[in-house]
Amino acid sequence: MKTEILKIAAAHLKPFLLILSLVVLYRGHNEPGGGFIAGLLAGMAYVIYAGAFGVGKAKQLRLVKPMFFMGLGIGIALFSGMIGLMNGADSIFTGIWTTLTLGGFSLKLGTPLLFDLGVYLTVAGMLVKVLFTVMEEDV
Amino acid sequence: MIILTSIFILFGLSVIAPFVNQKFPKISGWLLGIVPASLFFVFLSKIPAVGRGDAFKEVYPWLSELGIGLSFNLDGLSLFFALLVTGVGALIMIYAGYYMRSYQKTNRFFGYLVFFMAGMLGLVTASDWITLFMFWEFTSISSFMLIGFKHEKTAAREAALQALLITGVGGLALLAGLIMMSLPYHSFSFEAVISDPQPFLQSSLFVPATILILIGAFTKSAIFPFHFWLPGAMQAPSPVSAFLHSATMVKAGIYLLARLHPVMESQELWIYTLSVFGVVTMFVGAWFALAQQDLKKILAYTTVSALGTMVLLIGTSTAYSVTAALVFLLVHAFYKATLFMMAGNIEKITGTRDMNQLGQLNRYMPVATVISLLALLSMSGIPPMIGFIGKELMYEAKLNAPAAGNFILLTGFLANAFTVFVSLRFAYGVFWGEKQGFKKQPHEPDVSLLAGPAVLVFISLLLGIFPNQIAGLLGPAFQAILPGETLIKLKLWHGFNEILLLSFLTVLLGVVMFFCRKAIIRIVSYLNGNYFNLKLSQRFFAGIDVFLNLTKRKTAVVQHGYHRFYLMTIFIAAALLLILTMPAIDFQFDFDLKFNGLAFFAMLAAIMIIAGSIAVVVAQSRLVALIATGFVGIGITIVFVLYSGVDLAITMVMVETLTVVLGAMVVYHLPKYLNYSGVGLRIRDGFVAVFFGFVMGFLALQTSKPTTITKISDYFVENSYAKAFGENIVNVILVDFRALDTLGEIVVLALAAIGIVSLLKLNAQKKSSR
Repeated sequence: MKTEILKIAAAHLKPFLLILSLVVLYRGHNEPGGGFIAGLLAGMAYVIYAGAFGVGKAKQLRLVKPMFFMGLGIGIALFSGMIGLMNGADSIFTGIWTTLTLGGFSLKLGTPLLFDLGVYLTVAGMLVKVLFTVMEEDV
Repeated sequence: MIILTSIFILFGLSVIAPFVNQKFPKISGWLLGIVPASLFFVFLSKIPAVGRGDAFKEVYPWLSELGIGLSFNLDGLSLFFALLVTGVGALIMIYAGYYMRSYQKTNRFFGYLVFFMAGMLGLVTASDWITLFMFWEFTSISSFMLIGFKHEKTAAREAALQALLITGVGGLALLAGLIMMSLPYHSFSFEAVISDPQPFLQSSLFVPATILILIGAFTKSAIFPFHFWLPGAMQAPSPVSAFLHSATMVKAGIYLLARLHPVMESQELWIYTLSVFGVVTMFVGAWFALAQQDLKKILAYTTVSALGTMVLLIGTSTAYSVTAALVFLLVHAFYKATLFMMAGNIEKITGTRDMNQLGQLNRYMPVATVISLLALLSMSGIPPMIGFIGKELMYEAKLNAPAAGNFILLTGFLANAFTVFVSLRFAYGVFWGEKQGFKKQPHEPDVSLLAGPAVLVFISLLLGIFPNQIAGLLGPAFQAILPGETLIKLKLWHGFNEILLLSFLTVLLGVVMFFCRKAIIRIVSYLNGNYFNLKLSQRFFAGIDVFLNLTKRKTAVVQHGYHRFYLMTIFIAAALLLILTMPAIDFQFDFDLKFNGLAFFAMLAAIMIIAGSIAVVVAQSRLVALIATGFVGIGITIVFVLYSGVDLAITMVMVETLTVVLGAMVVYHLPKYLNYSGVGLRIRDGFVAVFFGFVMGFLALQTSKPTTITKISDYFVENSYAKAFGENIVNVILVDFRALDTLGEIVVLALAAIGIVSLLKLNAQKKSSR
């Protein structure tokens, strides 16, 4: 499956897909999107790359640490649930929202978004870990 | 806030402890010791306030609908144990920092150890039965991890499993018992049952609840006949034996008994059970300690004996006996932790802890010898150590026991004499005795290894001479166990009386036994080998084997391994269950499909789905079938888009694509597509499929009908933006309203990934080894 066209496409698709995944993650709260889809997108970016260049090469990429990201994701999700508690809410996973304004550009941030980031990382990590292992087996 | 904060600090420390050890391996013990030591001093500063009766209640709402609260309290008894946990814990940390250096992968060890400390602190400060139970289980789990720390050794794994199963079953019994006990109150707080025990005592569940709670306490505290896990647990590294299996965790059962004593003290069931099991355990433990050769086994069996003594003393329920129980608990924690640490030192330095291979160590490690001897003096109950006061009080309590005093006194006397004998054997056999050829040249242990034992022994000596210094601590603790009475005044010298005579006779008998030690050890070994060999541990594992075989057979029937039958089972069961629930639905057969603007595309999608499904069934190759499945998926996606479920559609496209890609990978490796099933089987499968499809379709049609049932989705629609500031309802449900569910899902996802990867790796290994 190692064709030049796929290689070039995969190399260029990777950053694009990653950025797209972050966009999808952020917009998820109000418009279609969300951590799960975004995680699949991000994971696919690397799976396509591995398909083109081989798993061995893909594993050397800087961000390919699936186990770490899965752990981090669950950690972030759990932590986001505690923030509300620390702020005096009666139960965990109480959302806390704030708006960050940078110049004329305002960004709405909240613990549910942080939670979604955890979902995103876990899903992406899971996808990369499983598919890479399957693809390695395949060779 | 102080209690919950302390517990959280320790939980936090357990997370960073591995990194601390990684970064500063040379001083990690001292660094990690700082936190429990500071907590110790914080708790120490609370003694006067607790003595005055100030309230330290902390209640955090948890499951208030069920009467459960995350609540803590710092009364005398809790403070007493909290000081023990943090104080001994700090010393153990210092010791473990050096001791564990010769082990592999010690980073996680410190994580487990601090985690245990957090759990234990929560256990002794909880003031809600469910909170207590939660921390109780934390300690069981960390004990399992720590016993099995040398997991490459079969013996360590087995011992860990045995300890976990016994304390785990005990934990379940305890939970059931605590729930039964709290039923009449609609509240799980300690206060409810302790301030007004009558509803519980008169409830029909009193007897079963008491028995279950006792099973929980007895398994945890290694009371006969559950005692055998404790000697097995000696597989753990010495810091663990010193901390969990002598000073703190095994005392959790004692703590529970003490805590419940005010409720139960008037009940014969309680008093007699505690007394009988206490006496038996006290004697059995001391007896089995007699002929042991392994230093840690000796200490383990004397610990069993000591735990039995404490249970007996609580069960005796007099001012003397409860004072004795508290003093003895403290005394025992001090000398036993010291001796376990010294046994670890000896093993570390000489390479063995078999008494037959040790001797003359006083020449090589004078400081260690002095520390050990003082601890052994305390264990034998010889002045001026505080152990003497503990034993005097014990005799006093037994003399004044309300029932069966003479019998209890006699067994107690024998058990104490055995302990003296064992201490003498320990001292003589290790530090004097015959000179042995050591594998390594012995030397004085490092200062980190001696600091903890030295401090504990020094306090034992100091408290022996000035015993009333701890009255301020023991008094409030005493009040929590036996309200209405007062602590007996602690004195080193009681004058010449029958108690002193008893003490003297105990030591005398121990010394006499020591002089005939060869004969005694031979006789005891013979008796143990031929008559008293209960083989509890072996029987336990035989029982486990029987159970495993049973489940294997059951699994072979239920988990047959044929994917097609699994699917069939699921489909048929789901369809039947759905049919069963259907009578509750008010059916309206109204198939009025509205053909509006969307219908054309919807029809197209429907045709696509149907065509795809037919193609799957008639396909002559796997690849075609796979692609046809993808076709069905895309058709469904279009339906989602048409009815504005864009999130679902995006997810669906991704999942469908992935499935096809993954499937293509698998298809490549499968054998040629052959038709294995005959016509009859195909008809059967077709019937199941059509049946299930009909039921689901029918249900789908019914759910689209207007109903009077209020739907939870209305709540989501109303509150999605108002309360959760999100317009995408699906997402808001996932990350806000139902975030806890999602958290569970991603954890499952991660676990599944680990499972898949390990299965694949295992397969690869098998292939390469073939």
